[in-house]
Amino acid sequence: MSNSASVIFQERKDQILRKGQDAFDMSCNRESLAGAVSQRACVFCGSRVVLYPIADALHLVHGPIGCAAYTWDIRGALSSGPDLHRLSFSTDLQEKDIIFGGEEKLYRALTELIDRHHPKAAFVYSTCIVGIIGDDLEAVCRKVASEKEIPVLPVQSEGFKGNKREGYGAACKAMFRLMGSGDTEDISPLSLNILGDFNLAGEIWIIRKYFDRMGIQTVANITGDGRVEDLGRAHGAALNVVQCSGATMELAKMMKESFGTPFLRVSYFGVEDMAESLYQIARFFEPKDPGIMERTRELVKTELSVLYPQLQEYRRELTGKKAAIYVGGAFKAFSLVKAFRLLGMKVVLVGSQTGTEEDYKELYEITDEGTIIVDDSNPLELSSFLKEKDVDVFVGGVKERPIAYKLGVGFCDHNHERKQPLEGFIGMLNFAREIHSSVMSPVWRFVPRRKAR
Amino acid sequence: MKRADYVSTTNACKLCKPLGACLAFRGIEGAVPMLHGSQGCATYMRRYIISHFREPMDIASSSLGEKHAVYGGGANLKQGIRNVMTKFGAGMIGVATTCLTETIGDDVPMILREFRKEMEQAGEATGLPPLVSVSTPSYSGTHMEGFHTAVRAVVDQLCTGDFPYEESAEKFVNLMPGFLSPADLRHLKEIVADFGLGCVMLPDISETLDGPALEDYEKIPAGGTPISGIKRMGSGVATLEFGHTLEGSSTAGMILHERFGVPLHQSGTPIGLRETDAFFKALELASGIKTPEKHALEKGRLVDAYVDGHKYLFGKRAVVYGEEDLVIGLTAFLAEIGIKPVLCASGGNSGRLRGCIQRVTAGLLEPPPIVAEGADFRKIEELCEEVSPDLLVGHSKGYSLSTKLGVPLVRVGFPIHDRFGGHRTLHVGYRGAQMLLDRIVNAILEKAQKESPIGYGYM
Repeated sequence: MSNSASVIFQERKDQILRKGQDAFDMSCNRESLAGAVSQRACVFCGSRVVLYPIADALHLVHGPIGCAAYTWDIRGALSSGPDLHRLSFSTDLQEKDIIFGGEEKLYRALTELIDRHHPKAAFVYSTCIVGIIGDDLEAVCRKVASEKEIPVLPVQSEGFKGNKREGYGAACKAMFRLMGSGDTEDISPLSLNILGDFNLAGEIWIIRKYFDRMGIQTVANITGDGRVEDLGRAHGAALNVVQCSGATMELAKMMKESFGTPFLRVSYFGVEDMAESLYQIARFFEPKDPGIMERTRELVKTELSVLYPQLQEYRRELTGKKAAIYVGGAFKAFSLVKAFRLLGMKVVLVGSQTGTEEDYKELYEITDEGTIIVDDSNPLELSSFLKEKDVDVFVGGVKERPIAYKLGVGFCDHNHERKQPLEGFIGMLNFAREIHSSVMSPVWRFVPRRKAR
Repeated sequence: MKRADYVSTTNACKLCKPLGACLAFRGIEGAVPMLHGSQGCATYMRRYIISHFREPMDIASSSLGEKHAVYGGGANLKQGIRNVMTKFGAGMIGVATTCLTETIGDDVPMILREFRKEMEQAGEATGLPPLVSVSTPSYSGTHMEGFHTAVRAVVDQLCTGDFPYEESAEKFVNLMPGFLSPADLRHLKEIVADFGLGCVMLPDISETLDGPALEDYEKIPAGGTPISGIKRMGSGVATLEFGHTLEGSSTAGMILHERFGVPLHQSGTPIGLRETDAFFKALELASGIKTPEKHALEKGRLVDAYVDGHKYLFGKRAVVYGEEDLVIGLTAFLAEIGIKPVLCASGGNSGRLRGCIQRVTAGLLEPPPIVAEGADFRKIEELCEEVSPDLLVGHSKGYSLSTKLGVPLVRVGFPIHDRFGGHRTLHVGYRGAQMLLDRIVNAILEKAQKESPIGYGYM
């Protein structure tokens, strides 16, 4: 099939690449094309998803009702204690607020909610309209912070001021303001902060247990099952481990600059990346604790001895099946490519909403010949790729699900709505089980596109 | 007890205006909903709608960035429309504004006029699909106002009478159902057809948001109200418009009445016996024939079931929440079966809910229920402490409240994000009332059975 067959929007031609056919030259991090039905969200969305799991903070969305309504209890980001994050707070701006300004309403709403819920801190998200009417969020937050004696942090997340990536940045800036305030005395020299994990389906608890077994103290979860007080003392940790680099890399960089905290990029998806991440961390701490490498090897060995026999069962049936991946951040895609390989499957399409050139270069290197790599795609393109490559299973989020299902293709939700942990060694098993149960379901025999084969 | 109103909103019982407009546009054949605003709005609404219907829901966006917010989003809107036209092959594009573009002052009707002129000058005007614009700033009204405003805009902008259309001998009614489930709309079409009438139902999401498995991914799902049908609405024998809160306001049906003299029959959403009777009466009037036997039988079976179930239900206290007209219909129904609606709440704030509730429960319900307009779930929860309900009737966002109260939630309306097949829920007609009745009785029986230590095998 010629390259042009799947070029639907000429303007987006250089955001699509076919390995083997094209040399690496890819455009990304652009504004979405109007009318293309991008799968992307906005700046606000980026900030909201990153900060959302901080469970003892108040999250107040300053704007009309939509932004708060669509993000009410949106992710399965679990908390082991408070769950204030699962409520949806809004100033629900009305016409008169737009005309006369929303600062007064914001002040009163914040005061009311802080008195009612006694949060450890408050995040105030600005939405598109706040950027236009020019409310001084900073001033209102400062006033309430001094009156209520808790940190009240503005999040500059006006939707139109970029894409999700800028939202991650705004969230990092807001979190950074909490850092350096807490007591760090009891923190072990073998300690770290977990960045870029959101505790979907309890995943961060799995990872923390691995660190416990390695003898490492986890200081702050950033942000899954997160706490304000932990963020305040995060600067006392010896290391930051950063997953989902798009979301929290900026925070890691800020912490390195201000507190000298080094960071490592890690991933907890798939056997290879999970094990390598633990080894990387062990290598980092080895000078302080020479026994750590042995403990880590033991851990990986124990986990794999349970996992591998079970994975083999799935692999037998999945070998040769074709997979497509379209996710928010490209970093997750790296691990998924490897995880599918472990299952004997072939990744034929991989893309992301907000990948960088660096990310796509890496994808280009790790994928097989013929794989389609795409940035900021849309339903028309994705559906044409799925058909062209005759995909067996598609990994994405809720918005991608109906594209797969209408075409009679299996689907795995690797995003907010997952209820099974997909991280860690156990996560790989869950992932394999889910892929298997979707690919092997008998229902595909009855869907028109496949029945015709 | 009168409580002070809160300034903040917690767990809203409403959605924003453009979402309603997008849903309405999705119910028109070949139409692509498009939001003039930043990219996030479209994506959030898609996700929200997809989670309920489990169907594709493409909403285009003009994807405005920072510079457009300063200099205006006209160029992006035009580019977006061009892409939607050429790549989706749209038969209509419904452009809804957002709070961003309303506030920066983009004049969408003017931008669309310019666009048409540019296309004409370029000789590309042939095949230009109808472009309908609607103003939906999310800071005024809920998704239901957005929905009705969009329906009104479609009629206002397409039923101008200057389109040549074929006079058909077929006698047809215009039906404005409001926001109901695909199952509801299919049932309504069946009923109208059984009266021997044609029907232009606007909008019609019965296929576009509940489609079959197909060979290919449809760029635009099949189904929806045909544009040709909309253009001839002026020659309908009557317009039936559901929603008590709309009565007397400037609706799509009112435009058809004023512009073409189409008799307008406004009634409640036909949920329960009496509201459905009113709908059938209107159809008898429009068609000149009596209610067909099939439906008379369904009604008879419904009344029979009312009797069979009455003991389980009498005096049970229900809290009903959701969109205003749905709440009104459900309350009318619950009062008929002996349930006592004790609280009727909506995030909507038309100012009409209280009066409508009184009207539909007159003679059946004393004292009248507490009516909470413009309520959020915080308020509903607080009022629940006063009214101690036995069950909740509403969409799935009341789930956490129902577990907190330890009472069953009968899921109706939109959204249903935590159950399968929510979009296939039937609410309207005698058949819909029958299904609701069965579900409510069973919810109550299930709770009683579970809570009894005896383990009754007969309930």
